[in-house]
Amino acid sequence: MKKKKARQRRVIPGFSLSMGVTITLLSLIILIPLASILVYSLKLKPAEFIKVITDEAVLWSFATSILCALIAAIINCIFGTMLAWVLVRYDFPGKQILDGLIEIPFTLPTAVAGITLSKMYSTTGEIGKPLSKLGIEVSYTHLGLIVALIFVGIPFVVRAIQPVLQKFDVQYEEAAQMLGASPIRTFMKVIFPELRPAMLTGFGLAFARGIGEYGSVIYISGNNAKEHTQVVSYIIMQKLNYLDYGSATAIALVMLIISFLLLLFVNIVQVKQSRRTNNV
Amino acid sequence: MKNLAKIVKTTVALVSAFAVAFTATGCTGAKSAKSKKEGLKITNVSYDPTRELYAAYNEEFKKQYKKDNGKDVEIVQSHGGSGSQARSVVEGAEADVVTLALANDIALIEKAGLIDGGWIDEFDLDSSPYTSTIVFLVRKGNDKDIKDWDDLVKSGVEVITPDPKSSGGAMWNFLAAWQFATDKFGGDEAKTKDFMSKLYGNVTVMDSGARGATTTFVENGQGDVLIAWENEAIATLKEYPDDYEMITPSISILAQPSVAIVDENAKKDGTEKLCKAYLEGLYTDWAQEIIAENGYRPSNEEILKKHSKDFNLDIKLCNINDFGGWSKAYEDFFADGAIFDEIYKK
Repeated sequence: MKKKKARQRRVIPGFSLSMGVTITLLSLIILIPLASILVYSLKLKPAEFIKVITDEAVLWSFATSILCALIAAIINCIFGTMLAWVLVRYDFPGKQILDGLIEIPFTLPTAVAGITLSKMYSTTGEIGKPLSKLGIEVSYTHLGLIVALIFVGIPFVVRAIQPVLQKFDVQYEEAAQMLGASPIRTFMKVIFPELRPAMLTGFGLAFARGIGEYGSVIYISGNNAKEHTQVVSYIIMQKLNYLDYGSATAIALVMLIISFLLLLFVNIVQVKQSRRTNNV
Repeated sequence: MKNLAKIVKTTVALVSAFAVAFTATGCTGAKSAKSKKEGLKITNVSYDPTRELYAAYNEEFKKQYKKDNGKDVEIVQSHGGSGSQARSVVEGAEADVVTLALANDIALIEKAGLIDGGWIDEFDLDSSPYTSTIVFLVRKGNDKDIKDWDDLVKSGVEVITPDPKSSGGAMWNFLAAWQFATDKFGGDEAKTKDFMSKLYGNVTVMDSGARGATTTFVENGQGDVLIAWENEAIATLKEYPDDYEMITPSISILAQPSVAIVDENAKKDGTEKLCKAYLEGLYTDWAQEIIAENGYRPSNEEILKKHSKDFNLDIKLCNINDFGGWSKAYEDFFADGAIFDEIYKK
């Protein structure tokens, strides 16, 4: 019995090597830089640390970043699910191209996206002009901020949902229909529960990306302390421009902790969700 | 357990391999720097709007240097926001000379120990071979009739200026307005602050830097007036002569972009002599002509007078020493909770 238990066989050998590579890369790329943020921010005295992060502008920027990212992620969730649905379920000319376009926000430098969006949506821009006639201003407001975050977040949701939808058997829907369920009921009771974990993943990723976003947001938000359109990454850049590393990393540290907690929460919900779906 | 030991072993091996690789590239890096020495190459780290100026100056300097010393030199230019350029030098960017928007940014590099103290006296006129000032750019026709700082606080006037808390260059704009208000109210600080509150209350978009503000005003059509560097305004006018007008206020500030040798890097690269010649060259007559042609005010009085049609020389100019130097100005006005925060929150 002892002998048999000793070694678990794996198809591909080299567990220790691959694990070693993983830990090395993780340390070099993620863990050590993150640890250095902690070290840098701890150079501040506790009282200074508190003063930096409880500054009114900083607190507002946290609220702005989190709320705007949240709203954008929710919109992305709905819109992204629809997009994924269209891409998976329907055939139409140009489908491949549309599918490829989804990834543009990943590849386009975010500053380019930011400048383009701010121009299009400003009161003199192609989209902003008609909107401003309706009394809606987009560029240099929270709305603009959200538009930019939707732009950078949409691929996360679409790419998370697409594979799940592809695997999803149409027969379930047909069965529900035959049993007399209305289309809404079919969606809510049959399709939605299957998609929920993927939606949550997409939501979490888009949300996390939105909280830390800099390039695309900076040109469209107007960075107005009075209107509270300054995001956290902007405040961090303010500090960095005067080489105030201590304050910059202090704010970054708080940001990291908040993001970590939010992602942890999303992950816990997601794990619970998938467990429930799998058990049914 | 056995597995764990193995993992630790591979990790250690890999990390040391990386370390070896890094030092190896470091060595070759050092070597290549040495071999560059023979071809003499320096890097000039500068701020955004000087791109054209230095492209023209470098061309001429290379010819002159070849004539005088018989050697070819290569000059690499780097441009960006003044503050972030200073930061990149502090963080290890290879800069032999820096030519930045304000002395404060060079002082930051000095503080990091890369530039020797006393750099400001190393070259003539506080190491400012050229200056500029802060002016207004308005749309053609000047519908809101903007002539001076007073007009910027009128209700309904939309002002574009970058955030002085984010952009060092934007501190000039603030200080120029502050000087105007101080003179106007005879030094009454409460009234001055009130004036500044109104002025910054009229700012509709506050970009993170001067370039962003110009984009907002010119490309995105926001605001009635852009508070800008004179050289930026001149460049914009050259590009769009039919769309904008430049307005010079009665009082402004003498913006002194500063230059310095990054002693630590120049010593390492063995380019000290070349760097000195490069920056001294900026004061020669031919360089001052190039400077004037690019919209900067030459420090040479005669050449400045020659170009008096390009620059309004009647404008009354204060300078940073009226505010007690940069570090005091920063503490008094722009640090967290200082005057800028106070007037902006009102």
